[in-house]
Amino acid sequence: MTLKKIIERFSEGILFTSSTVTTVAVLFIVIFLFKSGISLFKTSSIEEGYSLALNARNPVKKLTSGQVKDIFNGDITNWKEVGGKDQDIQLFTLDELSAAYTEEQMGAKFERLPSCVEDYVSKNENVITFFDNRYYPKHFSGHLLEMPPISFKEFFLGREWYPTAIPAAQFGVLPLILGTLWVTLLAILIALPIGLITAIYMAEVASERVRRIFKPVIELLAGIPSVVYGFFGLVVLVPAIQQLFRLPVGETALAGSIILAIMALPTIITVSEDAIRATPVSMKEASLALGASHWQSVQYVVLPYAKSGIMAAFILGVGRAVGETMAVLMVTGNAAVMPHSFLEPVRTIPATIAAELGEAPFGGMHFKALFALGIILFIITFIFNSLVEMIKSKNNQ
Amino acid sequence: MKKNLIALGLVISMMIPSVMNAQKVNCKVKGSDTCLPLSQKFAEVYGNKHPGSGISVIGGGSGVGLSALISGTTDIAQSSRKMKISEKMKITDAGKSVKEVIIAYDALAVIVNPSNPVSKMTREQLEGVFTGKITNWNQVGGPNMKIIVYSRETSSGTYEFFKEHVMNKKNFANSALLMPATGAIVQSVSQTKGAIGYVGLAYVEKDVKALNVSYDKGKTYVTPNVANAKSRKYPITRPLYYYYLTSASAKLNPFVSFIISSEGQKIVLAEGYVPLS
Repeated sequence: MTLKKIIERFSEGILFTSSTVTTVAVLFIVIFLFKSGISLFKTSSIEEGYSLALNARNPVKKLTSGQVKDIFNGDITNWKEVGGKDQDIQLFTLDELSAAYTEEQMGAKFERLPSCVEDYVSKNENVITFFDNRYYPKHFSGHLLEMPPISFKEFFLGREWYPTAIPAAQFGVLPLILGTLWVTLLAILIALPIGLITAIYMAEVASERVRRIFKPVIELLAGIPSVVYGFFGLVVLVPAIQQLFRLPVGETALAGSIILAIMALPTIITVSEDAIRATPVSMKEASLALGASHWQSVQYVVLPYAKSGIMAAFILGVGRAVGETMAVLMVTGNAAVMPHSFLEPVRTIPATIAAELGEAPFGGMHFKALFALGIILFIITFIFNSLVEMIKSKNNQ
Repeated sequence: MKKNLIALGLVISMMIPSVMNAQKVNCKVKGSDTCLPLSQKFAEVYGNKHPGSGISVIGGGSGVGLSALISGTTDIAQSSRKMKISEKMKITDAGKSVKEVIIAYDALAVIVNPSNPVSKMTREQLEGVFTGKITNWNQVGGPNMKIIVYSRETSSGTYEFFKEHVMNKKNFANSALLMPATGAIVQSVSQTKGAIGYVGLAYVEKDVKALNVSYDKGKTYVTPNVANAKSRKYPITRPLYYYYLTSASAKLNPFVSFIISSEGQKIVLAEGYVPLS
């Protein structure tokens, strides 16, 4: 008796612990994601520990991170373009420093490096420098630029994604968000009609024998690893699209959408078929007894009854598509441009995170920006999942 | 109970050799993914020649390897770029000094689709194409066809090298297609008529065409091949480095001298890289 109780208590304890651990783990991940992502908006767009400086006589006192990027990219070459004098801009970084001064002048342990920087900046009025803070002398005659932290506006409305540009990285996520939604939207347009038609056929029309063959094949689709889909897409689908539409390049949003649609189909078909089958036989029989044909009963009785189940199926399928990484990474071309048509390359959020997180320095700006992208993705899938819950609860009423 | 004991004994006896193996590891190589296949081959051949030595090779990128060397978690940092002054300063700050050895060279070939009549370009033209200033093949002597730029992802050391040595540190056009692997670039260039991309010399095959490149404004164009890379005639060539602390050089010397010996350099050639001499 007591032993039984102990075992009961013990198993209760195990159940309690495992569910607590799961809940805590999920909460921890969410908190970690938000903490790492949001701290991006407290960091300056210049890597920590580095500063930009100008000659004190230069009338320019402020530069935006976009202007800094353009200057170092050689797109802005005259101070006039950013409100200064009519002078060519001269870049000065470690490479130019080691070209201008000998190792002797810098010192064996680089201890005289700051004085070299001071010397060069005071002599050249048109210079802009980019150095580790330790290389600037204590009494620096130049003007250190203060870079404001990355703003929400720059992040969400910026159109340039150059996460590793030096010195001013650009984190404009608008093309990435639009790219993700763009690919998903088209995937929905492809998967919904095909999925629905197949589900109706399987539930209402197909004979038992046909169903026995089709069902496992469709479910097999869900078991194929996504990287295999990606490979298939790159080698078969991409050249096919390129030839069909006579495009200069086959890696397009369309290729990604077709792959995603195929990947979402098993979920959509299986769940909506179940919903259609769940229609009570009495309702169908009542409809047939009233003289409706088979198709009329499907159209006016079965589908309206299964409507919410079909919606849920569809959103579950799409939810998978939004977060899909590998297949999309391989076929969409990953160019971070604003999408204008389905026949152009796009870059999605999951593909960006997968491709870049490996080499982003831990805790750095790029790292934080990728976590901020993770938050955006989390919110998008959260909305989809909440929709499923809402539809389900509506169904229960 | 007895069964449990036997099982436990089995588990322990299985663990012992692995523990002993772990002790035999006497050197760790970490860093550049470009050097990775080469270092793995070095370690394998050297390990077969000298049983009992354990050399473990890990990738992660040049920056990762060099910072591991600074923090003391690797013996050798393999790198596809020269150590930066800032990295060297961190080592000197800690009162140590570092040794640099060039183990091999790697050449990057610029590739286009075989159907493309363009067969040579200058560095300036390449810069224009990859930064997005030149968008049509007719601007560089080809047919009226849109240029499709393929690049590696930003995390790749090859991306950084190309940006520094060919594009004068300018950023890639944002319309450039970023591919997750070198193999994917070869595949895409081979099936896209207007494509241009860059890959390691070892990846050039008959499905793509490698361009002759000029670094003297069009006076001489050089074909990318092992002979030209070896004689440094071909300009887009980079040295691959090993970095290690001077204090560890006695311990690592047999392995390093094996690499730069003629036997080691044969491996370099067999793996598709460019040997030292």
